[in-house]
Amino acid sequence: MVELVLIPLLKIIVVLNATLLGVTYMVLLERKVIAWAQSRLGPMRVGPYGVLQPVADAMKLMLKEDITPARADKWVFTLAPILSMVPALVVYAVIPFGDQVHLFGRQISLYITDINVGLLYVVSVTSVGVYGIILAGYSSNSKWPLLASLRASAQLISYEIAITLTLVSVVLMSGTLSMVGIVTSQASQGVWYAFIQPTAFIIFFIGGLAETNRAPFDLPEAEQELTGGFHTEYSGMRFALFFLAEYANIIVVSSVATTLFLGGWLRPFPNVEFLSFLGVVPGWCWFLLKSFVFLYLFIWVRATLPRYRYDQLMRLGWKVLIPLAIANLILTAIVKVALA
Amino acid sequence: MVSAYIPIALFLLVATGFAVFTLVFTGLLHPRKYNKVKLEPYECGIEPTTDARDRYSIRYYLVAMLFVIFDVETVFMFPWAVIFDKLLLFGLIEMLVFIGILVVGYYYAWQKGALEWV
Repeated sequence: MVELVLIPLLKIIVVLNATLLGVTYMVLLERKVIAWAQSRLGPMRVGPYGVLQPVADAMKLMLKEDITPARADKWVFTLAPILSMVPALVVYAVIPFGDQVHLFGRQISLYITDINVGLLYVVSVTSVGVYGIILAGYSSNSKWPLLASLRASAQLISYEIAITLTLVSVVLMSGTLSMVGIVTSQASQGVWYAFIQPTAFIIFFIGGLAETNRAPFDLPEAEQELTGGFHTEYSGMRFALFFLAEYANIIVVSSVATTLFLGGWLRPFPNVEFLSFLGVVPGWCWFLLKSFVFLYLFIWVRATLPRYRYDQLMRLGWKVLIPLAIANLILTAIVKVALA
Repeated sequence: MVSAYIPIALFLLVATGFAVFTLVFTGLLHPRKYNKVKLEPYECGIEPTTDARDRYSIRYYLVAMLFVIFDVETVFMFPWAVIFDKLLLFGLIEMLVFIGILVVGYYYAWQKGALEWV
């Protein structure tokens, strides 16, 4: 009972709280970094250097009036944010934050569970999130959200193909779908997959930007043409759930990229002996550090690049990334056969 | 190995519970001052005259169809990739045939203009 329910439940609560805290501070970090990129200061009023801004935002969103438009589909309108939020959180169940630690006289593994189809689980659960977006646009019964949700769903499914193909080439290298197994196979092969699968890594990152509706692929919420995007009609806590889901998804993409391509909790150069002093830093710190690099990259890209046009977006997805991903997959297979 | 899925079921419960709880909890806190105009759908100040669920571009259907075809094919590749170390040359040729058929279809869709957006 303790092993089966209690310990996982404790881990879940820790991960859930860490994620929500991470999300709120990701918002602050984003505002700060973009402000610095534009020679501004960003939030400075709430607390020293604005560090309490997320608390104020959360309070505001909780106390705001939550309006359901008269023409909206009431139940679906409430269901959509939940359907968007839950998959974004549930993915964390298979992400390995670290190896084993000794805590309170027990061996605790720093992942909630390790299933043998971990990567497939990540792919399938994250693609459920698109229902939240479609239903939000449909149930609002308003023109902007409907247009935005159509765009968002077409974009998500287009880039999902390229991403899934790159994941197959990672599985070719590791020979397992388990997330922990992928990290340990990087340890045994002594190299991060970002170095032997650079094409897959780059396609995954571009696809990740598109999957999370981030700049330069933020067409579903292009303010200048679609007002607020698919959540135009949302307010209060239901809007906040969409917001949380969006940023939770960014953290998910960063964590998955770290696990698959940057060796998860492994220290840099895991097999080089004279760098073993790096092992002093615990594995989960390396994991968080690497994920943070991705989070920063997401913000950096947003501060730097202008938005794509929709036909350019579709062309990049269908005519560039998919052929590249297929070519990379075939090449990986051929090289593996040649080396064997 | 079924026990490995228990934490996932737990997580599903906790996450759903969290989402529902916050909605119910904040539903007790927030003000409710409704009037007719506030409940109108947002349309830059103009009163909406028709239902928003209108006809939309055929392109979206096409993308959805292509997605189904390609995504089902990629799902077939996962088990192949897992046991590739055992199959090697045999697996490579099998998958080249499979991907070859996929690429022919892809080329056809491209030539037919199914991948053009405008």
